[in-house]
Amino acid sequence: MIKFDRFTLSNGLRVIVHRDHSTPMAVVNVLYDVGARDEEPARTGFAHLFEHLMFGGSVNIPVYDEPLQLAGGENNAYTTNDLTNYYCQLPAENLETAFWLESDRMLSLAFGEKSLDVQRKVVCEEFKEHYINKPYGDVWKIMRELAYQQHPYRWMTIGRELSHIEEAQLEDVRRFFFKHYRPVNAILTVAGNVYTDQVRELAEKWFGGIESGDRYERNLPQEPGQTAARRLEVKANVPLDAFYKTWHMSARMDPRYYAADLITDMLGGGGSSRLYQSLVKEQKLFSSIDCYHFGSLDAGLVTIDGKLVKGVDIHAAEAAVDAEIAKMLKDGVTEKELQKVKNKTESIMAFEDMSVMSRASSLAFYELLGDAALMNDELSKYRAVTPEEILTECHRIFRPENSSTLHYLADGKEA
Amino acid sequence: MTPDRQHPPRMKDAVDLTLELKPYRSFTLDNSIPVYAVDAGAEEVMQLEIVFRAGNWYESANGIANAVNSLLKNGTSKHNAFEINEHFEYYGAYLNRNCYNETSTVTLHCLTRHLPELLPVMQELITDSVFPEHELDIYRQNMKQRLEVNLLKCEFVAGRLIDEYLYGFDHPYGIYSNAEMYDGLIREDLKAFHDRYYVNGQAMIFVAGILPADLEASLNKTFGQLPLNRTPLPTILHPVKPTLEKKHFVLNDPDGVQGAIRLARPFPNRHHPDFKPAMVLNTLFGGYFGSRLMDNIREDKGYTYGIYSHIQNHIGASAWMVSTEAGREVCEATIREIHHEMKRLREDEIPDDELMMVRNYLMGTILGDLDGPFQIIGRWKNLILNGLDSQFFYDTLKTIREITPQELNALADKYLREEDFYELTVV
Repeated sequence: MIKFDRFTLSNGLRVIVHRDHSTPMAVVNVLYDVGARDEEPARTGFAHLFEHLMFGGSVNIPVYDEPLQLAGGENNAYTTNDLTNYYCQLPAENLETAFWLESDRMLSLAFGEKSLDVQRKVVCEEFKEHYINKPYGDVWKIMRELAYQQHPYRWMTIGRELSHIEEAQLEDVRRFFFKHYRPVNAILTVAGNVYTDQVRELAEKWFGGIESGDRYERNLPQEPGQTAARRLEVKANVPLDAFYKTWHMSARMDPRYYAADLITDMLGGGGSSRLYQSLVKEQKLFSSIDCYHFGSLDAGLVTIDGKLVKGVDIHAAEAAVDAEIAKMLKDGVTEKELQKVKNKTESIMAFEDMSVMSRASSLAFYELLGDAALMNDELSKYRAVTPEEILTECHRIFRPENSSTLHYLADGKEA
Repeated sequence: MTPDRQHPPRMKDAVDLTLELKPYRSFTLDNSIPVYAVDAGAEEVMQLEIVFRAGNWYESANGIANAVNSLLKNGTSKHNAFEINEHFEYYGAYLNRNCYNETSTVTLHCLTRHLPELLPVMQELITDSVFPEHELDIYRQNMKQRLEVNLLKCEFVAGRLIDEYLYGFDHPYGIYSNAEMYDGLIREDLKAFHDRYYVNGQAMIFVAGILPADLEASLNKTFGQLPLNRTPLPTILHPVKPTLEKKHFVLNDPDGVQGAIRLARPFPNRHHPDFKPAMVLNTLFGGYFGSRLMDNIREDKGYTYGIYSHIQNHIGASAWMVSTEAGREVCEATIREIHHEMKRLREDEIPDDELMMVRNYLMGTILGDLDGPFQIIGRWKNLILNGLDSQFFYDTLKTIREITPQELNALADKYLREEDFYELTVV
């Protein structure tokens, strides 16, 4: 049970306080309700590029990192398709330094040409490092475009192409900031060796005077139900054939989400999972195989992702995957198998909750979903899932017309 | 309340913080296995790590130590791989294995209440792994395939080659895997290594988290009666044979858009008096986000997504290394800038405010790193395996607080000289 206090400033900034006096540290986490899904199709990668610019100096503070490091702190940030999260950890005595830094960059950025120019290059190198100069690096660019035709999940957070990042202008940066980075679209979580009254006072002092901004009303095109199976074959300079298949699943807040999450754990994830045992160990068709989803807020994708053993025909490998799915659809799952993945979920949550930083970002995440207290209900929702619900959910997800299949084949040029 | 945004709020210098490395509790099992325990935390979880002196230092042929460590979970005389995996996974537990140079580890993470169900199986893996031939076949095949994918990555290739230049391919720190090595793995060799270095090996145990009250008794029952810690380890010497040629360029992928750059020089281990000061100098140079390398090469020039320097975590000989992936067309410029930053550290006085920032940053991160039982035991393990005690920790804090700019310049003059560095670019 994670306890917290919660209040809202008059400008709409939501504040969550989680006290833990066993640590000497404090964590300040600022979540902005904007991710790659909120980008325009012609300017993808912007939310993430913007995250870099948040470190390029704010209106009163030329360099974000220096004062924080001087205070003995560390920080980082990440952007997903759904949200952008900034966090720092520092000795609790220096909590106010984090308030000063975070509030100044919510007040306004410096909007310098130099910072934009450098970060465009840095992000382009990040793009190359992770998505171009790596075998299989472009799989998710291809897979997202295959599985999504309407929803902005059809591009990755890094962006659809380098040119979108190269062409970003300072005016775009300014507009994006004042649209999304306003108190009314943010959640501040303060955790660790702190007190609620202290946080309330600091929050009023540093964030209270920032103009509220307009609430961002999200109105994204939702993905229509898929009616026919999609297939694609590509060849690339890789040594091994790879197989990817996705099916649309429910959104994060749908009650069916929990069954879908457990299904991916029963199929993939672990040495005793169905796909690994059957396809890697017994049939020796794949050298690795996994089943997962991204936990996205809008309707997501259940994914099976495997690399084939050399010499295995990809159609034979696909047939074997289909057979495993068919078996699950026909026979369902046992109580014991379900209990296993529930136990795993319980244990993952307990390990995650060990870190104050992780507790702070989870509270912010659930507040974004509607209520930080949802964090404490998660385990019971998983525990309540029955084998019957698993079977029903399998039938909803694993329909051929709901699937997209990618054969990512070695082009044979590799020696 | 209008805050003063022009000036930072009053802050406490992190160098003035009192840092304490929480002591461990220790006891010895009947067969003299030492156990180090840190009982702390808020969640009902724990970590139990057994460290064996069973790294690749002791193997008779390349790849054996790693294969044994990896396949420990793949079958005993009583249970097959599936049953073993299912057992741990049913209890939501993780049993990870890692093989290093001098040591290899078996690490359990679990909810504390499940420990009694998991200990007997851990014991079974240590005493009764049989390395079935069909499991070894799958291992060989899958490892070779994984290697083939990794060999397309410039940073993977660079990481192997730089170690080979520093230590020589025949040294445990410099050797690496290849397809022939996997083909050459023989079950009998694996069994012999397991018998010598696990069943009859040298072990110590590190445990942390919320610990059960009967920990000592249950560890004694499970591990204290095994024939461990009886047979002394053989003395095996591996001379370091560095490569003579310092500069290397490897074209791994003609279409590559980035190059992996590694610059490295030999450096002594933690017992040398220069080690602690070098930790401070390394931070300034390339050890944190505000470092000279990051500030210049990422934040000013935009040549890379990230650039870091570090001192390798070795028990024996070590090395000081700079690593980055940079745009192919700016690789040479990147190396020039790395040299330039070394020169500045040698020749220009280090500003007090920058040094103060490094001191505070280091103290703050050490404080943050000690937050939690797994982190505390991790630090103890590192000290103990390196033959050190808490004095090293407190001396390091003293160095961070007291080292002068002049001492850092002198240290840079001694070690950060471009002619001493191996230099490698892999595109």
